[in-house]
Amino acid sequence: MSITPISHRPPSLFPRLADNPRAAIVWMLVTAAILAALPFVVGSFGNAWVRILDFALLYVMLALGLNIVVGFAGLLDLGYIAFYAVGAYMYGLLASPHLTETFPAIAALVPGGMHVPVWFVIPLAGGLAAFFGVLLGAPTLKLRGDYLAIVTLGFGEIVRIFMLNLNAPLNLTNGPQGINLIDPIAFGDFSLGKRHELFGVKYAGTYFYYYVFLGLTVLTIVACDRLQDSRIGRAWMAIREDEIAAKAMGINTRNIKLLAFAMGASFGGVAGSMFAAFQGFISPESFSLTESIVVLAMVVLGGMGHIPGVVFGAVLLAVFPEVLRYTAGPVQTALFGHVIVDAEVLRMLIYGVAMVAVMLLRPKGLWPAPVHGVVPKKFRAKPGDSGGPGSSGEAVQ
Amino acid sequence: MSELILHVSGVNKRFGGLQALGDVSLDITRGQIYGLIGPNGAGKTTFFNVLTGLYTPDTGEFVLGGVPYAPTAVHKVAEAGIARTFQNIRLFPDMTALENVMVGRHVRTKSGLVRAIFKTRFEREEEADIRQRAEELLDFVGIARYARFQARTLSYGDQRRLEIARALATEPKLLALDEPAAGMNATEKLQLRDLLVRIKAEGRTILLIEHDVKLVMGLCDRVTVLDYGKVIAVGAPAEVQKNAAVIEAYLGGAHA
Repeated sequence: MSITPISHRPPSLFPRLADNPRAAIVWMLVTAAILAALPFVVGSFGNAWVRILDFALLYVMLALGLNIVVGFAGLLDLGYIAFYAVGAYMYGLLASPHLTETFPAIAALVPGGMHVPVWFVIPLAGGLAAFFGVLLGAPTLKLRGDYLAIVTLGFGEIVRIFMLNLNAPLNLTNGPQGINLIDPIAFGDFSLGKRHELFGVKYAGTYFYYYVFLGLTVLTIVACDRLQDSRIGRAWMAIREDEIAAKAMGINTRNIKLLAFAMGASFGGVAGSMFAAFQGFISPESFSLTESIVVLAMVVLGGMGHIPGVVFGAVLLAVFPEVLRYTAGPVQTALFGHVIVDAEVLRMLIYGVAMVAVMLLRPKGLWPAPVHGVVPKKFRAKPGDSGGPGSSGEAVQ
Repeated sequence: MSELILHVSGVNKRFGGLQALGDVSLDITRGQIYGLIGPNGAGKTTFFNVLTGLYTPDTGEFVLGGVPYAPTAVHKVAEAGIARTFQNIRLFPDMTALENVMVGRHVRTKSGLVRAIFKTRFEREEEADIRQRAEELLDFVGIARYARFQARTLSYGDQRRLEIARALATEPKLLALDEPAAGMNATEKLQLRDLLVRIKAEGRTILLIEHDVKLVMGLCDRVTVLDYGKVIAVGAPAEVQKNAAVIEAYLGGAHA
């Protein structure tokens, strides 16, 4: 026996609690301190940056949820934003005056107005999104790759178009006008919609949202990390790698795929309800195909199936356009005296170039999972030589 | 020693106008290495795919370890207790060797999503058990040192071993190997043979589909020969070797 009793996964940048407790704890404390101080550091450049940070965290949650479906189980999903929409509308309807204003019957039922607390909505949003995930998963079980992508894309659009048109005959979603006056998150009387004093200084709600989102993001990361090293996580990966072999190992691929869709969707649903509470306003516009593609780009750019990579990709793609928005103009004015390329145009240009560069140079993403035991190139059989198939060191493609 | 592990009778499978399997029957006793041989296109792989649920047979009776089973879904067959390997190796290439074998434990373990997320005591213990069993199996097939290597980076012979270890991880009543020696050199064949003998010594039953007659003859306790989808001979390797129908099937009428 020559197996060392440590993690069976290749070493990662982060020490794992089981392998190296001391390093892991130090690492965790340092990260926690940085993350706790971050909004105040960023906030010194203006409140808008804290808001950007909040959105970045929402995107991290979304990207991690999508990573379960795309990265772990290998099921391409181009309609993921639909689950975000489901969560957002769920909270929007349950915590805004919209339903009571349009339906007198409901107003009579809840005289104080619809104010379902968000803590109640989180599991509900997760559950409903999971149900929608199964709804999407069930008809697509036999599809893979391009075909699956097209069906999921269609599903995402269907949900958005429903939101857009469900203002008649019953005004459920208020159509393109969206839902307004959604309750912010509140802990008892402590509403995150208002400013609060902290160490003698008044801080906007965005600061407090940051910590709520951070908490949820950490929970999401922990859940994802535990899942990937579990029986179910391995089954997802087995399906990704070879579905027939996975079946031959006794994996009920139907159930396990549905589980991936449901699990991924539930994260999206929770993030969606947070989004609704944070914005106070939602409309179908926020859930377009472009958003699905952005989230997918975060997963692919960061490194499919690799949690730190996905987090990195999400933060990068959420923050980068904003940085550009604030700096592109001034930098160009300073350099050339006037703005040559508009920030929005520049963003698309850089996006395009970056995507092509990533595809060419780092096809597995900017921060892919570390690989163990790769046979050095010189020991690998060349594609052309058909010599002894048993020669040691040959990598079978 | 005479307990029947697998009893299959009256299997028919037709692909359009082609009778791929005609009334094939097979009885495998516990602890045997059972060979299924035949020339190219004899229906060996078709039979194998029917047995493991990949193809649905037109007719046929299937009993595994005294319990009738219907080979209707691949994962149910694995659960019933037949583990298979593939003629063209099908591992999970980007997962480590150890993870590959751990996947094999899936069907004999039961931790679900909730237990994994909350890392319950049950899940942790089961996980440790899965890990330990997988390590033992890697050691058993002789590739423990590659436990943390991605499956794709292993040599061809080691990939075969890994596939066998993964199949063994499902605790099969019957281990079904589809041409395990295909593409192996002489040394690797010898090592494979040694491995199969050791698996048999553990009390396991093996169904071996093989092209390499030499390997089959030296290894198997009993052999069934298929030709054009029909059983043309059953018996000990030495008897079958002398069977006129078998010689004709392999070498053509002129030599009979």
